Amino acid sequence: MSTVDATGGVAAKSSPAAEGHPVATPGQRERSFRIWRGTAEKGEFVEYTTEVSEGMVVLDAVHQIQAEQAGDLAVRWNCKAGKCGSCSAEINGKPRLMCMTRLSEVPDDQPATIAPMRAFPLVRDLVTDVSWNYEVNRRIPAFQPRKPDFEDGTWRMHQFEVDRPQEMRKCIECFLCQDVCHVLRSHGKYDGFIGPAFLVRAAAYELHPLDTADRATYLKDEGGIGYCNITKCCTEVCPEDITITDNAIIPLKERVVDRYYDPIGKLVQLIKRK
Amino acid sequence: MASSSPPLEVLPSTRLGATQRIDHWWLAPFAVAVGLALCGGYATWAIFQGQNYFAEPYLSPFYSPCLSAECPAEVRLLGITWWPFSPAILIMGAILGFRGTCYYYRKAYYRAYFMDPPACAVEEHRGSRYRGETAFPWILQNLHRYFLYLSIPILAFLWYDTLLAFRFDGGFGIGVGSVVLLTNVVLLSGYLFGCHSLRHLVGGRTDCYSCSRFPEARHGAWRISSIFNRHHMFWAWTSLVFVCLTDLYVRLVAMGVLSDPRLI
Ligand code: SF4
Ligand code: SF4
Ligand code: FES
Ligand code: FES
Repeated sequence: MSTVDATGGVAAKSSPAAEGHPVATPGQRERSFRIWRGTAEKGEFVEYTTEVSEGMVVLDAVHQIQAEQAGDLAVRWNCKAGKCGSCSAEINGKPRLMCMTRLSEVPDDQPATIAPMRAFPLVRDLVTDVSWNYEVNRRIPAFQPRKPDFEDGTWRMHQFEVDRPQEMRKCIECFLCQDVCHVLRSHGKYDGFIGPAFLVRAAAYELHPLDTADRATYLKDEGGIGYCNITKCCTEVCPEDITITDNAIIPLKERVVDRYYDPIGKLVQLIKRK
Repeated sequence: MASSSPPLEVLPSTRLGATQRIDHWWLAPFAVAVGLALCGGYATWAIFQGQNYFAEPYLSPFYSPCLSAECPAEVRLLGITWWPFSPAILIMGAILGFRGTCYYYRKAYYRAYFMDPPACAVEEHRGSRYRGETAFPWILQNLHRYFLYLSIPILAFLWYDTLLAFRFDGGFGIGVGSVVLLTNVVLLSGYLFGCHSLRHLVGGRTDCYSCSRFPEARHGAWRISSIFNRHHMFWAWTSLVFVCLTDLYVRLVAMGVLSDPRLI
């Protein structure tokens, strides 16, 4: 184990063999990782070297380091299958799920940097406090189904009508999209912008064939959808491949345009209604 | 979490371009900046030039519809006499407005020219005054659908020009220019059909198709637009580059540099 300062300079280095670790068997080899250790007040990148084998993901390596060299390393995880959204981190600067990033995808010519998500307050090491997201979620105008179609309290809808909201329902709440979104990450608009994850949530309700709620005003004012400049980083990082910008945010932006920025359209609607 | 600030020590610098990414993240914005500058520069020159835009039976797409009195008789419409400049300038606003407020190009130039952000997880200028598209000037991007309305008739004229590009001496024929014009109009159509605003207006704004009038037509139109929309960036680039090449081809034929071989 050796320490590295926050700008990347290696302070010291030693091999696992020298530290008494077993020498790599065939199929195994050593790889180095720079992992953020510490809190928001004080911390640094620490370099660890460990033996890895084919098929391992970044989370496996982190667990191995935790088991062998750094028992107090804080890391959040749960399913190891890309479904719980707990293990979000920044691997070589890219927001990703540690359990879904194979080591073979990470260049091995230099130590891989593993850092916590930058858009949320750091608890310790790789763990951030994402509770702001749950508060935002509570404020989104809820799903409001129309009156049931049948006396037994059920509705009828077609699959092709629910395809759109179902895409949004794939969200695993990993908050990688929130982390990468420059409106939050760089401009800190936590008070005025709900972020891509909750625009996805709003779209899941808003595009639903049974929903009757009107969220245009909420999206424009509280939701701050105008802050999004559709630069698509959220779509690039989503591990569930939700087409966040094209299928959630832009359709919602267009609904806001319908309401607030299209006087001719409003006039046509008015005439049609009469 | 109004007070939450990111753990700055994790990435010590917040200067423009700072990142822990180790890939060539700057390549894409650089290529976009160069590509847009080249196409934009050529288009501006071609639009203001006002000459060599017609080589019978081909009309440069930058000049269609040709509305001023100085347009060649074969393609003249309206014949506006009070306009002393290049006839392309008369329609330039609609085209520029359509591309300039397009959701794809917005992403492209916000990243490439305004570095807002330059690439994902790469630092940008951190002014406290970020307003995004909530305030002037970018709030005007919301007018995109109006530029779409203006562009639809222009696309119709381009299809008409393309039909004329298959007529030689009163009969049917095919020249290399006919194929060039046809390719151009197909690419432009692919670009327009995938427009996000069009996708919304033809059916995307409907939630419950089965409760609406003409459910199949609405959902069908939305689906077709979605097919083009999925590759909107492809259509945006190919149509942009090809419209410049089409103008160049017509120009070179008009100047006598190329001979426009007849295929049929
Ligand atoms: S597209 Fe909008 S929401 Fe998504 S990352 Fe970019 S600015 Fe944020
Ligand atoms: S939309 Fe995608 S990136 Fe965002 S929280 Fe959901 S799964 Fe994660
Ligand atoms: S551990 Fe559940 S998504 Fe990675
Ligand atoms: S969104 Fe690109 S043309 Fe409308």
